[in-house]
Amino acid sequence: MSGNTEISYDSMIPNNVGLSSDKRVLKALEKWHPGYIKWWNDLIPKKFQESRVYLRTAVGVDPKGWAKFDYVKMPEYRWGILLAPQVEGRTIPCGEHVGEPAWQEVPGEYRALLRRLVVIQGDTEPASVEQQRFLGQTAPSLYDLRNLFQVNVEEGRHLWAMVYLLHKYFGADGREEANDLLRRSSGSEEAPRMLGAFNEETPDWLSFFMFTYFTDRDGKMQLESLAQSGFDPLSRTCRFMLTEEAHHMFVGETGVGRTIQKTLEVMNEAGITDPFDIQKIREHGVIDLPTLQKKLNLHYTLSLDLFGQEVSTNAANAFNSGIKGRYMEHRIDDDHRLSDATYPVSRFTGDGIQLEDVPALTAMNMRLRDDYTKDASGGVGRWNKMIEKAGVSFTLKLPHVGFNREIGAFAGQPICPEGNVLSQESYDSQVADWLPSTADGDYIQSLMVPVTEAGKYASWIAPPKVGIDNKPGDFEYVQLHMA
Amino acid sequence: MTEPVKQHLIDPEICIRCHTCENTCPIEAITHDDNNVVVDASKCNFCMDCIPVCPTGSIDEWRVVNTPYTLEQQFDWMELPEQQDLTVSGSESADAGATQAAHPEATGPEVIEALDDNIIALLNEAHSGAGGKARAPATAGKPGINLYNKGRPADAVVQGNFRLTSQTSDSDVRHIILDLGALPFPVLEGQSVGITPPGVDDNGKPHLPRLYSISSPRDGERPNYNNISLTIKREEKGLCSNYVCDLKQGDTVQLTGPFGATFLMPNDNDAKLLMVCTGTGSAPFRAFTMRRQRSAPAGSGNMMLIFGARTPESLPYFGPLKKVPDSLLAKHLVFSREEGKPRRYVQDEILHQQEKVLEFINDGNCHIYICGLRAMEEGVNKAFAEIATASGLNWEDLKRQMRDSGRYHVETY
Repeated sequence: MSGNTEISYDSMIPNNVGLSSDKRVLKALEKWHPGYIKWWNDLIPKKFQESRVYLRTAVGVDPKGWAKFDYVKMPEYRWGILLAPQVEGRTIPCGEHVGEPAWQEVPGEYRALLRRLVVIQGDTEPASVEQQRFLGQTAPSLYDLRNLFQVNVEEGRHLWAMVYLLHKYFGADGREEANDLLRRSSGSEEAPRMLGAFNEETPDWLSFFMFTYFTDRDGKMQLESLAQSGFDPLSRTCRFMLTEEAHHMFVGETGVGRTIQKTLEVMNEAGITDPFDIQKIREHGVIDLPTLQKKLNLHYTLSLDLFGQEVSTNAANAFNSGIKGRYMEHRIDDDHRLSDATYPVSRFTGDGIQLEDVPALTAMNMRLRDDYTKDASGGVGRWNKMIEKAGVSFTLKLPHVGFNREIGAFAGQPICPEGNVLSQESYDSQVADWLPSTADGDYIQSLMVPVTEAGKYASWIAPPKVGIDNKPGDFEYVQLHMA
Repeated sequence: MTEPVKQHLIDPEICIRCHTCENTCPIEAITHDDNNVVVDASKCNFCMDCIPVCPTGSIDEWRVVNTPYTLEQQFDWMELPEQQDLTVSGSESADAGATQAAHPEATGPEVIEALDDNIIALLNEAHSGAGGKARAPATAGKPGINLYNKGRPADAVVQGNFRLTSQTSDSDVRHIILDLGALPFPVLEGQSVGITPPGVDDNGKPHLPRLYSISSPRDGERPNYNNISLTIKREEKGLCSNYVCDLKQGDTVQLTGPFGATFLMPNDNDAKLLMVCTGTGSAPFRAFTMRRQRSAPAGSGNMMLIFGARTPESLPYFGPLKKVPDSLLAKHLVFSREEGKPRRYVQDEILHQQEKVLEFINDGNCHIYICGLRAMEEGVNKAFAEIATASGLNWEDLKRQMRDSGRYHVETY
């Protein structure tokens, strides 16, 4: 890099990790950065790269530096490396080292385990941007387009965060892993992303909202438990990432909510009382509630698979070594070692679905999945309140955890959304009632018409109740570049 | 009778229960049950740390109440209660003010600039020159208002008091730097603070507060220090101005506010700013300029300042202003009493810059700000009208249009 094109990383990358005085990491990031920019530029259509998007940028970790809203072209977005402030005297919150001072460096014996966790987390971040790459073309409004890009740039920043940890703490191996994060690509034949759910394209905006509601929530739960890590830099990174993840939860919950809202409004206006009168409802260009239930079934169950096997020695090791805690570990009142505790885990035997107590240490994944289900049910309850308020007789439900699973105790079993074990024939004959069909997908796809006029929304979705950064309804969230 | 207080609430219909605010609050004033996330009015100190981290905007809700809602009441809510009609003692406008507090958004017709009746009256008067309802720029940040009132003022310590005008000038204008210490005092450029001079009037009543524009940007007179600056001219027999201009380093002064929710700058570095001022009317423009300088150091500026004074010696910030690069701010200083030169006023300079001014007012992303002595209004308006008419534009229509879209701002006294 010649002198005058050299990037001043300290001023360009907002960071609170003393990047300018850490020559080794700085050099590593300088080498990695062009690949990242190339990845971003190859991914996002040029039209959007040139557009001015009203984005929130974190330039510091304290609340005052937190949300700077301004128009920015995405390639000029300031991807920072930000760790939540170090807590003085923090101790390892769980496992056999509980109460010992938190590690500021990687403990040698857990090096491989830690690196794997960082890499898996890091791999999901760019993957979701890749999955969502085509959505910009069909955004139902400039408001939604902005939200998509906000999610995208923040996932990009989360990649940065993980890459920083790899460069800073894992030497040559870490650098190689960091490069691989850019080499793998969602849906690729030769180098796919590590987790199955991240290799599926996000085909439409309803899928995007369901994804941010259900799948990003898995990310949130994983981040919550990594925020409990005894490895302090990982904990601090994840704590800050959680603040951004909250926005993704918001996009999902309100996106699905606004879709439901519009359907309810249209049903009431047209005097349609039967929510199952799908044909009639669809004539009005909105998405009927039964189809929304099917989408919910699909995304919830795909996300459940991300929690892995219910009983897992890897998860036990991660907890016992103090690398990964439980959700809200600091609020749980027990010995934080779990040497004798048990936890009920669902099993599938010839007699059906049963709960069985197993050592709690091995049930970490199951426990986190249960916490996830509770967290995910909150928003479903709020959607149901909207439906109730509109006087429509319909209730959205989370399906049974055994339904439509590919990983864990229920993988491949013919279990219906109510949790009953069916014969394979019976299951196969009804599955089209539970999961979206090709025809459902085609219908949703037919609604995906871009709306680019400020303050206007596509037929199938209601405007938000509150603008981003309190902007008025007709605010131009994206100033589209017209080539 | 109890003073109405401002209460911080969370909208349960918008909140997604992510608990980010709860994890951010430095004093654990936010809590939740299975139903709602709520703010404890007895703990909240308006530090605003929770506002930017909320992904939904549900956190930015305020009600003016005689008795704050309890935690139990808030836990039960399915939706926010309406703002109650409160009658605040004093002038008629107070009632409207309290009712409007339910929707403190900067843009709608119900924009509320302050809660205290006499401050509302002062601001309404100051903004009346725009000829209609003042609106904030569409991209302006959301201002915090009335965080401190006369029942609960903020103590600020004087860090510095510097004379801005030459010793030879008969005009004594001061740059006062105030440190807020650990008190949260979030401000936006263009906002004002209230200062009440100590003592009582002839009738034994406390004096009325005076409003002063803040002349420092939102991140502090010095970046990331919790301090603000004011620009204050010593008026002959001026009770408050003499009090403030005589303050010494280390003295404590009580502030109310911040106030003002319309005379703000756009959060858009591409927006053009045309600023016209006289005397201490330069205070908000100093803040605007510093904000641009800090937020877009390499930016093209897009700012033009027409600044009038009697002489260079009596023009506040004459020295520092000359150091601001022209690429950031095109500066046009005019003097009405410069020895041996014809008298020139801001309106003369506006006409002189006709071409440039026309380019600005023709730009849909241009904001005009006029600040200073009321006497300048008429001449300035005429000058704009003349330029507009010459190119076939109807200035009054254009002005109304700009004002309604938050792009024409007047603050005069």
